[in-house]
Amino acid sequence: MKRVLAVLMENQAGALSRVVGLFSQRGYNIESLIVAPTEDPTLSRLTMTTVGDEKVIQQITKQLNKLIDVVKVLDLSASDYSESELMIIKLSNHKVTIKKIEELGGSIIYQDETILNVEFIGTSSAMDKVLSTWDDKSLLEVVRTGVLGLSSNVKTLTI
Amino acid sequence: MNKQEVSGGEALMLSLQEEGVDLVFGYPGGASLHIYDALFQQQAVQHVLVRHEQGAVHAADGYARATGKPGVIFVTSGPGATNAITGLATAFMDSTPVVVISSQVKSHLIGTDSFQETDMIGVSRPVVKHSYLVKKPEEIPKVVKEAFHVATTGRPGPVVIDIPKDLTDASYNFKFSYPKEIDIRSYKPVVEGHSGQIKKAVKALLKSKRPIIYSGGGVIQGNASEELTNLVKLLNFPVTNTLMGLGAYPGTDPQFVGMLGMHGTYEANMAMHNSDLILAVGARFDDRITNSPDLFALDSKKIHIDVDPASLSKIIDVDIPIVGSAKTCLGQLIAELEKEKYKIDKESLKPWWEQINNWRKEHGLDHNLVDKAPPKGKILPQQVVQSLYRETKGDAFISSDVGQHQMFAAQYYHFDKPRRWINSGGLGTMGFGLPAAIGVQLAHPGSVVACITGEGSIQMCIQELSTCLQYGLPLKIININNQSLGMVKQWQDMQYGGRLSESTYQGSLPDFIALAESFGHVGMKVEKYEDLQKSMEECFKMTDKLVFMDIYVDPDEHVYPMLEAGKSMQDMWLDKDKKTWE
Repeated sequence: MKRVLAVLMENQAGALSRVVGLFSQRGYNIESLIVAPTEDPTLSRLTMTTVGDEKVIQQITKQLNKLIDVVKVLDLSASDYSESELMIIKLSNHKVTIKKIEELGGSIIYQDETILNVEFIGTSSAMDKVLSTWDDKSLLEVVRTGVLGLSSNVKTLTI
Repeated sequence: MNKQEVSGGEALMLSLQEEGVDLVFGYPGGASLHIYDALFQQQAVQHVLVRHEQGAVHAADGYARATGKPGVIFVTSGPGATNAITGLATAFMDSTPVVVISSQVKSHLIGTDSFQETDMIGVSRPVVKHSYLVKKPEEIPKVVKEAFHVATTGRPGPVVIDIPKDLTDASYNFKFSYPKEIDIRSYKPVVEGHSGQIKKAVKALLKSKRPIIYSGGGVIQGNASEELTNLVKLLNFPVTNTLMGLGAYPGTDPQFVGMLGMHGTYEANMAMHNSDLILAVGARFDDRITNSPDLFALDSKKIHIDVDPASLSKIIDVDIPIVGSAKTCLGQLIAELEKEKYKIDKESLKPWWEQINNWRKEHGLDHNLVDKAPPKGKILPQQVVQSLYRETKGDAFISSDVGQHQMFAAQYYHFDKPRRWINSGGLGTMGFGLPAAIGVQLAHPGSVVACITGEGSIQMCIQELSTCLQYGLPLKIININNQSLGMVKQWQDMQYGGRLSESTYQGSLPDFIALAESFGHVGMKVEKYEDLQKSMEECFKMTDKLVFMDIYVDPDEHVYPMLEAGKSMQDMWLDKDKKTWE
């Protein structure tokens, strides 16, 4: 089962490597991971998607909390949450129609006579759907940020 | 120090003094020269020069285990740092408080593959509780304060402080001030147990007809032996200790059913398996205890007290988890039990005690083996431990290495006090015993310290015999010499058709007597059962000398009981032919 965890940690050298190291060390999977400083520059916020049953997720949460650099952990997928992902794809220009891109909700951020770079924002399953509409020949390259998430209630992950 | 301003090196020494450190174990090198110069120019902190950095960490670890105070280590960059890793991993697995201060190459050289450069923070990451790379000399006092706080509180563990050489240079000075308090916003270990959970636990304890208390290293680390003993007495419960927990409850008390697990006593393992309630304290249900988790004590309700929330329900699902320190939580349980509304019915445990005593009678360990001449004429390893126990009146500090001798020591030396049994349980580090004993002896200069080892383990840190001479440490090394890597051989005998792949030395063992003498110590060789007790007496009479006893034992002896892999806790081999299951 896919789970989305949000982690608030000290914005310090080495903190991220401890979090990532924990996953490999204890045999947990990371499907995606995204991290950036928060509005409080001493903190970073990390969102990761992982896979596991209830017991595994509980263990991951506890082990993350044990890291001295980790301030707070929230299992977003334990209740309702909003997720979003940014994806940019590179298409070979001569084979695509602008209309199709517009229908899929993409916006062109670069264009020349050979290629198009198109940006999409949405849930990860929406991004999967967008990808499935292009054939291998016209779709040259894909880059995705991984899931960003926020809980859909008044509960916040702050200190 | 009266100087207004100090260097980074001096700030480090002053910070250690502030933490009450009087002893550091270490080995100097290029990157740590400034620190060693600052060490030279003060008296409050003494230094023990080991012969290998692994020995330094084990010695500091032994010191920490025997005292409860953090052990401190100085190592240089590169190989000094990497040599410390096995020691760090050992301390990490057994949750002991050590602080390794590793020197790093100069700041501007970091990342350039410079001479003796290793990414110590990266290399040590999986085996430390936390680590710090110091960026400025002014940070040193705060980092030391934090490091000691992290190492010694909550679930203790090793901490690394990596300091680039330029930060300790005497040419840069600054005003020293040591922080009075520490506040780490992301680190607030829970001490007190949840009162609702304590009440639930008390009700379950009183309802149980077949209870057992299973306590581990957390009770020793958490200084909770007194509380544990009081609770066991109050409830009239049987109690078993893990390998790491021996001594937390008096080993000679009738309510003690022995160690549990892989080589635990028959009665301890049977009592665990057949219990209706397990109160686990400062133990972590590891695989050497549970055997197969899905067959573990299926009829038993589980209460688990641990300072580390991640230990709760990690392997075995727990009915009543309690996060908190062993000392505080056990105290809370006792206080709750002593309230008038609860009635403790000790009589109701009579049938359970009868059952346990029957198990004990049936297949309990024979603690008087040493009185009987061994059947094959060769000394039995168990007899060596029993002989040592008698000679030291059960009152020595015992360090051990890893293997069969470690299990025999755990089974046959009864520890009545905590912090007397010093061994590498979690990581199982051969080579731990001798340097750990050095730390113990330095912590308790007047006490008897013996290292039970084997001819395999002792060769892994044998160089520390030289350290022992330098500091005049009168250790007693009990080398149970079975001329093979005994535990490996046992498994090969039992599971690999007796094919002894690389577990014997083909007659290449050193003359340990000559070796001990070459290091300036006394060596004694014992080969006959008739000489055992007499030699043991002779050895311990030499109170001011290190004595290396090389005792040749029966190489075919196995450690029993032994849990059968893939089965439950009641499925044990009792000797080479006898097993408890069909």
